[in-house]
Amino acid sequence: MLNYVIKRVGIAIPTMLILIILSFLLMHAAPGGPFTSDRPLPAQVLANIEAKYGLDQPLWRQMINYVWGVVTQFDFGPSFKYKDRTVNEIIAQGFPITLKYGFLSFIFAIGVGIPLGAIAAIRQNTWIDYLAVGVSIGAQVLPNFVMAPLLVIVFTLWLGWLPGGGWGGGSWEYLIMPVIALSTSYMASIARITRSSMLEVLNTNYIRTAKAKGLPTKTILLRHALKPSLLPVISYLGPAFVGLITGSVVIDIYFSTGGMGYFFVNSAMNRDYSVMMGITILVGFLTIMFSLVIDLLYAWVDPKIRY
Amino acid sequence: MKKELQMRYFAKSLAGGVLLAATLASTTVLAAGTHPTTGEALADDQTFTYSMLDEHSSIDPQIVEDVSGSELVRDLFEGLMNQDADGNLVPGVATGFTTNEAKDVYTFTLRKDARWSDGKRVTAGDFVYAWRRLADPATASPYSWFADIMSLEGVGDVMSGDADPSTLGVSAIDNHTLEVRLTASLPYFALMTTHASTFPSPQWAIEEHGDDWTKVGNIVSNGAYVLTEHIPNERSVRERNTAYWDNDATILDKVVALIINDENTDLTRYLAGELDKGTVPSGQYLRLKAEYPNQATSFPRLCTYYYSFNVSESGQEALKDIRVRQALSYAVDRSVITDKILQAGQTQAFTFTPGATAGFDVPEVDFGVMTQAERNAKAKELLADAGYGADNPLSIDLLYNTSESHKKIAIAISQMWKETLGVTATLANIEWKTFLQVRGKQDFDVARGGWCGDYNEASTFLDLLTTKSGYNDGKYSNAEVDALMAEAKTLSDTKANYTRVEEILATEMPVIPIYHYAGVFMLKENLKGWPYGNVEQNWYSRNLYKIAD
Amino acid sequence: MIVANKKKIHQMSDNLSESEFVQGRSLWADARRRFMGNKAATVSLYILVLIVLFSFIGPWFAVWTNEEIDWGAMGSAATQGMPSFATGHFFGTDDLGRDIYSRVIQGTQISLMIGVIGAAIAVVVGTLYGSISGYVGGRTDQIMMRIVDILMAIPFMFVLILMLVVFGRSIGMLFVGIGLLSWLDMSRIVRGQTLSLKNKEFIEAAQATGVSDFKIITRHIVPNLLGVVAVYATLLVPGMILAESFISFLGLGVQEPNTSWGALISEGAGTIRYDTEWQLLFPLAFFVVSLFCFYFIGDGLRDALDPKDR
Repeated sequence: MLNYVIKRVGIAIPTMLILIILSFLLMHAAPGGPFTSDRPLPAQVLANIEAKYGLDQPLWRQMINYVWGVVTQFDFGPSFKYKDRTVNEIIAQGFPITLKYGFLSFIFAIGVGIPLGAIAAIRQNTWIDYLAVGVSIGAQVLPNFVMAPLLVIVFTLWLGWLPGGGWGGGSWEYLIMPVIALSTSYMASIARITRSSMLEVLNTNYIRTAKAKGLPTKTILLRHALKPSLLPVISYLGPAFVGLITGSVVIDIYFSTGGMGYFFVNSAMNRDYSVMMGITILVGFLTIMFSLVIDLLYAWVDPKIRY
Repeated sequence: MKKELQMRYFAKSLAGGVLLAATLASTTVLAAGTHPTTGEALADDQTFTYSMLDEHSSIDPQIVEDVSGSELVRDLFEGLMNQDADGNLVPGVATGFTTNEAKDVYTFTLRKDARWSDGKRVTAGDFVYAWRRLADPATASPYSWFADIMSLEGVGDVMSGDADPSTLGVSAIDNHTLEVRLTASLPYFALMTTHASTFPSPQWAIEEHGDDWTKVGNIVSNGAYVLTEHIPNERSVRERNTAYWDNDATILDKVVALIINDENTDLTRYLAGELDKGTVPSGQYLRLKAEYPNQATSFPRLCTYYYSFNVSESGQEALKDIRVRQALSYAVDRSVITDKILQAGQTQAFTFTPGATAGFDVPEVDFGVMTQAERNAKAKELLADAGYGADNPLSIDLLYNTSESHKKIAIAISQMWKETLGVTATLANIEWKTFLQVRGKQDFDVARGGWCGDYNEASTFLDLLTTKSGYNDGKYSNAEVDALMAEAKTLSDTKANYTRVEEILATEMPVIPIYHYAGVFMLKENLKGWPYGNVEQNWYSRNLYKIAD
Repeated sequence: MIVANKKKIHQMSDNLSESEFVQGRSLWADARRRFMGNKAATVSLYILVLIVLFSFIGPWFAVWTNEEIDWGAMGSAATQGMPSFATGHFFGTDDLGRDIYSRVIQGTQISLMIGVIGAAIAVVVGTLYGSISGYVGGRTDQIMMRIVDILMAIPFMFVLILMLVVFGRSIGMLFVGIGLLSWLDMSRIVRGQTLSLKNKEFIEAAQATGVSDFKIITRHIVPNLLGVVAVYATLLVPGMILAESFISFLGLGVQEPNTSWGALISEGAGTIRYDTEWQLLFPLAFFVVSLFCFYFIGDGLRDALDPKDR
């Protein structure tokens, strides 16, 4: 087990390096730079600015300096666009926001998706099942950029129940719509996966045996059926996690939550090299760590798997 | 940046302005709940909430470069002079100034009651520090060129790092007297001190906190408001600065700027009552005006939307033919763009300079007086003369940067060309930075452009089409235009020159003028004091107020 | 973004490799019978075929092309651009007065093409990569799979956004970008199956008779992978379409006058408040129904091809 973890972390290092180099080169290959504007700066002014940010140095040196700063001091540099702030500050401010609504969406997707799928499986071929399946496929294919404005129209404009956007320190009324918009399609996927794997498990011999032995349905479902049914759900959590991060872009744009997603797209457009790099590295790191956690969780749920 | 261009800005604005140098607006004690001059009943809650499309770049006066950041800086800091609702010069930290015969030495007298938010007095030294900081290459200010066009003594050497910032031509005679020495005669110099980059900055706070000095808690400012909350990409809040010298006359207690990236969401939130000032999405003005006649606001702006033809070496041969350029321009039905796509008070453009520009008479150019049917007929004729038609079809690339309204306009115009002339336009929607690069390298046939006047005078537009202009993306060059524009700078009556230039442009058609902008937004009826008359739209929250419903 | 039930695919590939491969033909015949027995899947297949047919036949009935502007409806879509047979705008018009009917047809073609070609790229690259890795084995396999591990940890949607910024937006870039997003899973699945196939007698026989490795991979290994590949590809298509819609939402999608479901939906969603619901509803209906169909077909195929349930 420990060996396995060490090996995985060992892979993480070259992965991060490749990610850094790839995004660094891509970013610098993009036309225009952070200080390109429709009213071009005088040469002297531009030279002063580039000197300040070290952009006057050759690319390889910039890259080495950057990686060195990140590795030794955990310093991701200053933002080229938001000149009052460093990347570390932008991440420190935006990431907890993304984390909060992302985490809640995750919990919501799992907390609603699994019971929904399980109930549909237990009540297979009843109206409950049909409703659950219909709703979940519908929800799965409805893009969140359609969901978000619809929610705002209904809950803010028509009903006047919820604020149409903003963060408000993360209090609940600001969280409801972002969480719904972000989690719905993952909730739906989880429900579908749970349903089909639960059905499979319910048809296995040992569940039939348990039934034959006359164990109460509740015990059978909770003790014996649920845990093995969750294996496919767990393996889905990895892609779901990546999807939530990508989806946060939409959430930040529509709900002005101030999270990381919009900063990423914005920094790519603005050629804010350092912010873009910082967020890519963070997301890459999270993806690696998360997939490790998922694999360990998998081993815990499925005793057959040994690392 | 074009020094000359900028300098004229101040000259011309000054000519139209009224200088209130020595008069100090008397501070009136606020009558409970009524406006001191108009007597309107004031609302109890004096919070103004508005939206910005994007996060501001900075609130450091010497660093800020964007419009929305400057709005914050004008509230948080105060320079020597301010502008009033019509763009005229009024006293700020300085109560007035004197200048010598040659107009190259200015002496500002600072008010003694001006204080920083931490209680320290605002002194001439704070300005000296700020201006040196602006020019210092170590600051790397994107606006350091502003110190250059201010013509401060020694600015060139300071900016290139050849001289110490202390050699800059600005010094404190005493705590309340600031002397500025210039290398040129600038009669309008005082107007330049309304620009955010000339505002004072607190040396002690900057030295204590370094780059973090603009953070909430660290920031020390001398304006009517102080920054009390900032969540990047979500909101920033500024509240009344009780140490401000004219605090008694300030009515709004709190100003909240929300970042809303999506214009439709912006409007929804405005309509839900979350904003006092909101955006009008493109194409929605008429509908909103019908529904909210007192809230939807539109006023002309000094800006022109145009398409440039690439007439440089890299350009397509066909576009070097005047007839082709004329045909393409004539075939654009501008009324469709203004009345059907934009619908928000924009006006059709047949000249490059907007008609609203001060001292500019719109010349009667041929194609401006024709009907669209006549223009279309003429366009077909011109294109046929040039040798393009069904057997020799013309196809061009049309470059524009990603935006909903640029897209709509490009689609409409490409259809007009197709239907009227049989010209195929391939649309290239390119994101902003790439667009600038491609356009700047003349790697296009036709490209979108937009230009807002820096000052209220025609040369701010027409200079753009001179050979040497850095913004002349199509590389149009005409010796007569260059000569006329150069001559205009020495003339007191410039009208004849500008008219002649516009006539040349209407014939040679280096650009297709499409429309002149309008400023559009939603503003709650109870919010008063908005400076519609200020051409640059420099607004100060302390001049706004909310009346009781 | 790519939502596919990977676990099931893995399971299925295990099951497949355990089953007998000699009677390939009867496996397929059997599968077809079982697929046809699945009502949801067959109905979905018919609907999907209809949608594809519609995207080719639809233009014959169109009064307006996808780029023509109805100048009368322009700027007043809410009142003049309603769906109507009289004006020839069966699905209404957008803000600019362009015919939604024709645009939906055109968007359908583009979106389906992106889905199918994207999936095809993923399938070709993934199958070759996975089968080579699995067949060659040893150190090569180790290295090739480590590379996949590394690539999997890269947030590809972020890289894709960068690529579209760097290389400019184009359909080609979208195909490549989205296709490259998703060959990784494919290659893992294929490798797993190849590993188990490798020791089967018919492969050993081929090796013994001196057939070249390349031939073995292309003639013997790949054909036996078709089942699992087909299922996975069906489930990839909706993922591709969803990914494209996200890219369109960010404004990095196909160039005008071309359009896609994603571009149409994102435009429609933006203007939903301005009484032009048809701008959202028609493209959204096509989008949702098609994705529904792909999911059902994918599920149906999997059930049909999975030998375990036999």
